[in-house]
Amino acid sequence: MNYLQNIGAYFLMIAKMFHKPTKWSVMKQLILKDIDDLIIGSLGIVSFIAFFVGGVVTIQTALNISNPLIPKYLVGFATRQSIVLEFAPTFISIIMAGKVGSFITSSIGTMRVTEQIDALEVMGINSLNYLVFPKFVSLMLFPFVISIAMFLGIIGGMVACVYGGFATLEDYILGIQTDFIPFHITYAFIKTIVFAFILATIPSFHGFYMKGGALEVGKASTTSFVWTSVVVIILNYLLTQMLLS
Amino acid sequence: MIEVINLNKSFGDAHILKGITTSFDKGKTNLIIGQSGSGKTVFLKCLLGLFDYEEGTISYDGTIFSLLSEDDKRNLRAKIGMVFQGSALFDSMTIAENVMFPLKMFTKQSKSEMEDRVDFVLKRVNLDDAHKKKPSEASGGMQKRVAIARAIVNNPRYLFCDEPNSGLDPKTAIVIDNLIQEITKEYEITTVINSHDMNSVMEIGEKIIFLKNGLKEWEGSKDTIFKTDNTSVTDFVYSSNLFKKVRKMYLDETQG
Repeated sequence: MNYLQNIGAYFLMIAKMFHKPTKWSVMKQLILKDIDDLIIGSLGIVSFIAFFVGGVVTIQTALNISNPLIPKYLVGFATRQSIVLEFAPTFISIIMAGKVGSFITSSIGTMRVTEQIDALEVMGINSLNYLVFPKFVSLMLFPFVISIAMFLGIIGGMVACVYGGFATLEDYILGIQTDFIPFHITYAFIKTIVFAFILATIPSFHGFYMKGGALEVGKASTTSFVWTSVVVIILNYLLTQMLLS
Repeated sequence: MIEVINLNKSFGDAHILKGITTSFDKGKTNLIIGQSGSGKTVFLKCLLGLFDYEEGTISYDGTIFSLLSEDDKRNLRAKIGMVFQGSALFDSMTIAENVMFPLKMFTKQSKSEMEDRVDFVLKRVNLDDAHKKKPSEASGGMQKRVAIARAIVNNPRYLFCDEPNSGLDPKTAIVIDNLIQEITKEYEITTVINSHDMNSVMEIGEKIIFLKNGLKEWEGSKDTIFKTDNTSVTDFVYSSNLFKKVRKMYLDETQG
């Protein structure tokens, strides 16, 4: 029953988020700040993880292809498919649920605990629009982060493949060009946009409606990470079923 | 003027406010006092529209708050200034940005006009060299003064203060009390203060409402509170020996 109530409250929060918009001159600054915090601030960790996981995917694929009849370029092909279809959009979204999601929950939760949200409401400001909408808008740039993850994952794979001696550079490049289906990129970006929406709203929900003090802010961050990850995984399954099967 | 008629508020089975009827006068410092758990904060949050209530009406200069649309409620709230117990300053902004915030949100003033207004109100609360500090770098007393500056910067018609003296030393508390009273007079604001600081009651309580278990037990002023024979009020206000002595001296002096 409590779950149903929370789901209802979540959708009401989304509806209220678009109501009574904050003055554009103020909103513009909030969006730019959130782009800096949520997007630019995540590029370092995303690049680092993408590069090395791309390398690991390549090594594991290469080590599992022991049959001499299988062409070497398949290493590049498998790396591209893994990274574009699953690793970059889904795995990076889970990482972002931890990094960005807990930041959103704790920052909004702290504002709740210290009555800053009440202060906004008393001033007649739609606090949901003021706090959540800029995060939603800035996370619409999430596909940019995922594009970088895709690129660096494939580069990481290439470095691991060539310097690990699993295949030549020509084979790897041939592999990443083989049977390229442009819709796979579209599919990855559709997933990314949906996950971006989830990343902006579920952590905000947990921060905005939290009750209690500093300890509860920590608990809310953990809960928000769990639920964001669960929803991302479920939607990943549903979207894959709808778009690829 | 704010008028409250038969206000009732419950949380589940707990009946918190039981038919409160009172009014808060314009240009006066109106105090709500009572023990912890008497319903003061709930009453204040009902006045601010942060809590819905089951029964009763609250009207701001004749406008009944509950009958307003959500947009009209927000427009009315733009005329309200609030000083929270913990100041509730925005951590991510400097002191000047905190004070400028209501101007940015609700006025079309140019940047220089807003800066002039911020300079003026910060001077008014005796904080003319703290513009660039973050709230975390300011003392409790400074934070309270910034909160007052933010509350008055947009010329509010109503000012609410939730325990403005909590956590402050007695000297700073008196400075804050006097500041609130001066501002109330100067700008003809309807000020409502939630307090259990007896110094505030004696200093600035032009109208005092005493709540007990969600009921309005007594209503009067700083002058009449000395003479009341309501034992609930006297037990609460004169609970310390010092205040008992002060009251005795006052009564001896006035009767003598």
